[in-house]
Parts: sequence; C-alpha cells; structure tokens
Amino acid sequence: MGKLISKIPDGPLAMKWTNYKASVKLVNPANKKKLEIIVIGTGLSGAAASSALGELGYSVKTFCYQDSPRRAHSVAAQGGINAAKNYQNDGDSTYRLFYDMIKGGDFRAREANVYRAAEVSNQVIDHYTALGVPFARDYGGTLDTRSFGGVQVSRTFYSKGQTGQQCLLGVYSSLNRQIKKGNVTMYPRREMLDLVLIDGKARGIVARNLITGDIERHAAHAVVLATGGYGTIYFLSTLAVNSNASAVWKAHKKGAFFANPSFVQIHPTSVPQLNEFQSKLTLMSESLRNDGRIWVPKLKGDKRPGNEIPEQERDYYLERRYPAFGNLVPRDVASRAAKERCDAGFGIGETGLAVNLDFRDAIKKQGKKAIEDKYGNLFDMYKTITGIDSYTEPMRIYPAGHYTMGGLWVDYELMTTIPGLYAIGEANFSDHGANRLGASSLMQTSGDGYFILPNTISNYLSDEIRVPKISTDNPEFEETEKAVRERLNKFISIKGKQTASSFHKRLGKIMWDYCGMVRSEEGLKKALVLIKELRVEFWRDLNVTGESTELNQELEKAGRVADFFELGELLVNDALNRNESCGAHFREEYQTPDGEALRNDEKFAYVAAWEYTGEGKPHILHKEELKFENVEMKVRSYK
Amino acid sequence: MKLTLKIWRQKNAGAKGNFETYKMDNVSTKMAFLEMLDALNKKLVEENKDPVAFDHDCREGICGSCGMYINGHPHGPVPAITTCSLSMRYFKDGDTIWIEPWRAKPFPVIKDLIVDRRAFDKIQIAGGFISVNTGAAPEANSILIQKNKSDDAFDAAICIGCGACVAACKNASAMLFVSAKISQFALLPQGRVEAKDRVRAMVEKMDEVGFGNCSNTGACEAECPKEIKLVNIARLFREYYKAF
Repeated sequence: MGKLISKIPDGPLAMKWTNYKASVKLVNPANKKKLEIIVIGTGLSGAAASSALGELGYSVKTFCYQDSPRRAHSVAAQGGINAAKNYQNDGDSTYRLFYDMIKGGDFRAREANVYRAAEVSNQVIDHYTALGVPFARDYGGTLDTRSFGGVQVSRTFYSKGQTGQQCLLGVYSSLNRQIKKGNVTMYPRREMLDLVLIDGKARGIVARNLITGDIERHAAHAVVLATGGYGTIYFLSTLAVNSNASAVWKAHKKGAFFANPSFVQIHPTSVPQLNEFQSKLTLMSESLRNDGRIWVPKLKGDKRPGNEIPEQERDYYLERRYPAFGNLVPRDVASRAAKERCDAGFGIGETGLAVNLDFRDAIKKQGKKAIEDKYGNLFDMYKTITGIDSYTEPMRIYPAGHYTMGGLWVDYELMTTIPGLYAIGEANFSDHGANRLGASSLMQTSGDGYFILPNTISNYLSDEIRVPKISTDNPEFEETEKAVRERLNKFISIKGKQTASSFHKRLGKIMWDYCGMVRSEEGLKKALVLIKELRVEFWRDLNVTGESTELNQELEKAGRVADFFELGELLVNDALNRNESCGAHFREEYQTPDGEALRNDEKFAYVAAWEYTGEGKPHILHKEELKFENVEMKVRSYK
Repeated sequence: MKLTLKIWRQKNAGAKGNFETYKMDNVSTKMAFLEMLDALNKKLVEENKDPVAFDHDCREGICGSCGMYINGHPHGPVPAITTCSLSMRYFKDGDTIWIEPWRAKPFPVIKDLIVDRRAFDKIQIAGGFISVNTGAAPEANSILIQKNKSDDAFDAAICIGCGACVAACKNASAMLFVSAKISQFALLPQGRVEAKDRVRAMVEKMDEVGFGNCSNTGACEAECPKEIKLVNIARLFREYYKAF
C-alpha cells in the first residue's frame, strides 16, 4: 500500500470503458455460484449491485440496518435523475454531461470515472423504465425531462418530487426477484460493526443483529460497501437520522484510504430549523428553483411579511450576482450566497437565518394548476411541516448539510485500497469532485451498482476461483468479534449522564460552525480542539441504558457517534490541508475580490487520500494527481 | 404545553406489554411528534430508565419506517401524513395522548412500538417485480405509455409500505398494500407479460403470511398516509379473476 494506483485504462476518454470491458477477466458461470459477495446497504447502489450480481450467478449476502431494504435513504431523493439522452434536442451528449459534472465538481474529480458515469446514464434510464419506474411522461407517451441547477440543458428524468423513492422501489423489486431465485440472501436489521481481513484481503464482516443483539460473523470472497454518505455528522442534515459513517470508517481503520472528506455539499433549499429539539432538516427539492425566485429584503432587518414588501425593495441576489444562471446556479454557490446575505443581516424570520423562495411570479404567469402539477407534493410537504401555504406566501429556506462528495478512495474498478473491498454510490469519492450537481447522485449510484461494479468485480474474483468458501472460524474473525464485543461493553460500562444524541448534537454544531459552508484556518484549528475535548467528555460521561444483548437503540447511536468524532477530526484536517477554495470547500482566506471560490490548481489539483496509522497517530496524506486531458481547467463561472 | 403520554411498553416479543404513563412539560408546538418522543427518551436515559423503542429514519414521510397508533389512528389524527410528519401544533395543553404499536397478527411486536413487518417484504418477493435482467432493457422511449396511465401508475406506486392500512383494518388485511403494487404494474405495458403469475403469487403469499380478507370498510384508504385509493383494490380483484 502507500501508492495510489488508479488503474485508469489507456486509450481515448470515450473508449476507456469499452476497452476495459473488452479486456476484463471474466468468471465462468459455474464458478460464480461458488463465489460469495457481501453487500452492505440497500440504497440504489447496494440493492442494484446485489441484484445485478445475483443475476450474474454470484452468491450474494446483503445487509441493511432498516427493517426492509426499501427504506434506504435513496428513497428520499426528490428532484430527479440525469441522463444524456438528448430527448430535448438541446445539444446534450455524453460529453456534455461529463463536462458539466467536471466543471460542477470544480475540477477535482477523476475524468475517466466521470465520463463512464455519464456513459452508462442512458442505460440506467432504460433499465428503470423496463423495471416499471413511473417517470413523468409527455402526452405522446415519451419520457419528460426538466432542468436542474448548474446546467443549461434539460436532462433530468423525474417522478414528481419522489424520484428517489420510485427508483429505489425499482431496485428493491429487482432485488426481490433475486431473493426469490435464491441468489441473494437478505439480512435486514443488521449493522456492520467491523470488517474482517485475512491475509490483507477483505473476507467478511462482523455484524450485530439489531433485534437480538447477537454478534454475527459473515464471510465472503469480496465485500462491497454501499453505505451512503456521512452528512449526519452535522447532526442536523437532510439525511435520514440513522444514516451513519460507521461501515466506511471501520473499513478506513482497517486500511481503506479516505478521500476528500471535507468535500461536503450544503444544500441551499431546506426548511429552516424550527425548534431546539429538531432532529433533522427537510429538503425542498432544487427543482423548485426552476420556477421559484430567491430573494431577501433590500432593507436590513426588514421584518414585514414577504408579501408586503414591494418589488423595488426586494433583492433577487442570485439573479443580480449570476445573470447567466440566475436562480439555477449550482448548490454550493446558492448556499454561500444565502449565507452571505443572512450574515450581512438581510435574513428573514425570527432567527434571520432564512431567505425567501417565491412562486408569486410563476403562479401569475403559468397559473396555480401548472405549479401544482410540478411541485404539488413539495408544497404539501412544506405546509405539513411549517403550516405555511406557499401558493400565497413565499417559502422560507436555508442551507443544510446534504451530500458528501468525499468518501472511500477507489480506483477505476471501484476497489478501495484494501484488495477485495469495494465502495460504490455515495460511499466512494470518485465522481463529483468538490461539488455534486443536482440529479447526478441517483445517476451515479445506480450506474455504480447496476452497470459498473458487476463488470469490474470479476477482474478480482477471477483470481479467487480456487479459494474455497471462507470459514468464519478463522482467527481473524475471532479477533474482530472480540474487539467488537469489547467496544460495545465499553459503551455500556461508562454509565455517565449524557445521551449519545446530545453529544452528536454538540459535535454537529462544531462541525457546522467551523467546517460547514465557510471555513477558515483559525476556525478549523479551533474545531480540532473542541472536537478533542468533546470526545474525551463522551468517553467519560456517556450513558447507554440497557444491555448489548437486546434491541438497544441507545447503543446503536453511541457507536455511530463515537465514529463521527474520529471522522470529524479527519474532515477538519482535510479542510485545513486544502489551502484553496473549490466547489463546496470554501476557505475564507482564498476568495476572489467579489467573493467567489479561488482555486489553486498548481498546488491542489489532487485527490487527498488519507491513510489511518493507528489510534491517536496522525493520518498520512497520499496525493492522486488529477490529470485533465480532455477539458481545460477554467475558472468556474456562472455569471 | 403539558402533556400526559400513555405509551405501550413491551420488553420483547414474548413479554406481556402494558401502558405506562409519562408526564411531559414544556412541549413546543413547533416540535414534530417524534421530536417530542426524542425529548421523552432523553429524559428517560438521563434518569437511567429504558427509553421507548420506535422505528424511524428519514423523518420526512417517505421511508415508511415510522408508524404508531396515536389516539386510535395509525399515524395520528391528521389525515394523509406519517407519524414523523405529525406536528405537535395539532395537540393542545393538557392533552392525554395514547401511543400504541400496529396491532395485527402478521406484524408481531418486537419491542415497545416496533413491529416486525417482514411479511410485507415476503409478498413483494413473491412477485412484486418485472422480470428483466440488467442490460436487457430496450431504449426507454421505445415503450410509449399514455400520460394518464403513467400518472395513475405513479399514484399507486407511491405506497411507502408503512403498514398503516393493515393496522387500520379490523381484519388486518393487506389488500390496499398488495393492490398498490399490482395496480402499478397492471397499468404499465412492461408489467403485462407476467401479470397473471404476479397477482396469483402475491395474493397467495398474502394469505399464507396471515393477512385477513378485505373488510370492505375502507379504513385503509381513510388512514393511508399516501392516500392510496380503494380503486386499486377493485383493480386487484379484476386482475386476480383474470388470472385463472
């Protein structure tokens, strides 16, 4: 280990994936049955990979912490899924989609991976359609699309504001088909608590049955992590509250490098915090920015209701600052612009931490019915939460932690630095650079699961066909299980005063204040001190009631929060190391005179991949230089 | 607000459960219902008592994890929302709130308010899919679907599998749940090829895992947080009769 080999195939960009598939080693059907693969997570990538691998004939064991695979957090994605179909004749192409992602990611993603994601996007749409996913259609019966932030074409396929749910139920159905055929065994309500390595290769996991508390050993020839992102490190985020980083963090501590942890997307349009017990922030789809106009009062501290503020006293700051893209600038730009206005005292509402998203003009122009057709369920959702009717009053929105572009470092084959351990979907780092464009996460995660991993994994498994079924009696399983049990007992034996959630909340606040939308050297250094202090307090004053041998939600939370402390520190260190601003990573010290991100391509056109070296020891930084052979690195401008 | 909570506590599947009473002070109307329970659990843990176990995850009404009987209604008194989307502004100072798990034989209680809903997955595994392998799909726009048919399929497909329909039904029938999936595929050309096998397999499994017959009362539709319509059950019957 130590050196990063990205395994990017030779040849021109557009031929790399074709050439790779033509030369990749295969496993013959008779041998596939004998090869076992563990998949952790049942979101779009995990359930897709499980079903595609099952279809190929591998023996798959799939795990999720929820009671059913259908509940993974992909279900909550709202706006849509991108593909380069060019159904609108608006000049779209694989190259254009690739280019938009590279530019949107602020030139911090790997060209070959991004191109491949764009390349398989059309197959993803074909497959979902064949699975019966009811995407929106036009009157002629063809598929409809809409626009999303950061691009100038209409390539986003959607099912109202529930595209993630419909896609997830599609992959859930294909997973069920493989379960019925006996190719996939499903283990719900299981949490992976550690990875097992034998001779340096990923050979299994130790998991906890969340109902009985039993500690289980599961072995396989390869392990796939499809466990999503770590945005809940901020406590308040748009993620499901049980989403966590524990699986990837455990893998990281066993040798998988963690790449670009500080690249976290703050979504510009979420419902603002309403009370101190708030447990999460609800996203309002970015698609709303197609018709909604974002503004704040021109007058500082203007507390009049939005509707009473006349046109000339409104500052449509996105349209003012970014005339070319207006309200459809990428998420990082929109989020920072909102924060800038609120910090300057122009925010609205009781807290001053909100801006208006106003549909008045759209309703006037298109009629209420048209707006209802497009966003009805989002307006309902907003009303349910806040009690406010957005057909007559502007919505109030504010940015919230959302998506993590960072994740486990993977090569072109989606393998981590641990042989036989793969990371797919949001759990890896590879396709979105320093900022993800809307509707490209469903696209990437589905592509990883259905079309990419099932092809690349055979290159590894073809050398494993002589390895018999791996026994869980190996001493490596024994040791890992012992460590897992000790840790669980440790949580229970502290017998302090505070709940795991209360620590999580405090950690989240530190992360948000010092390592959120805007970061500075001073703030980050302060965060490191605060995190360390809080972590000591956690291990001294945590209270977990009950036992480890029963259903125990406090114990589950404690484990996740403990891992967040460690990841939080790495996240801050990564932000501190990157002395530039790029995409979602905005360092106060590095900005243009008009407040835009100032990249430093000479020094930071690399992926920061961090190696764990042991408890309390500093991580080692490995750099994967990013080479841009097909696009010119430019200043990202949406003006 | 000050509230009195009557919550079903049950240590595990085998234990006998009972209602416990909890007093809550300082509940804000801006809290979500589950945040009110979070606050109760925080208090319980700080007093070294066992917190109330309940399923929850996305907390925005889409994952289908949460579900509890609140004052005699699945997901509480407000129509068309899940428990996690229920705001405390619908309650008033001095209220007593009764909180129970889903009560249905095919959904045995695991602990407190958590039930085992794997019976739903078993029905989906039996036939809730279109048999197409990855890579075998035709060009998406080669399948033309009438917009209104596609929209109807979507309206059926938005079921979140929470189980409120079963909990609301005096027969613990899963008819609305099963009919939503059957309808989605019955309305789409992709699903027609294996429609007969699908409906027979899913209905057979539904009976096998212990769900009752349709009670014809429409309680399921009235309580469904996603407003899945009874017409889907009619379509299920039509599909089922056509299958023999």
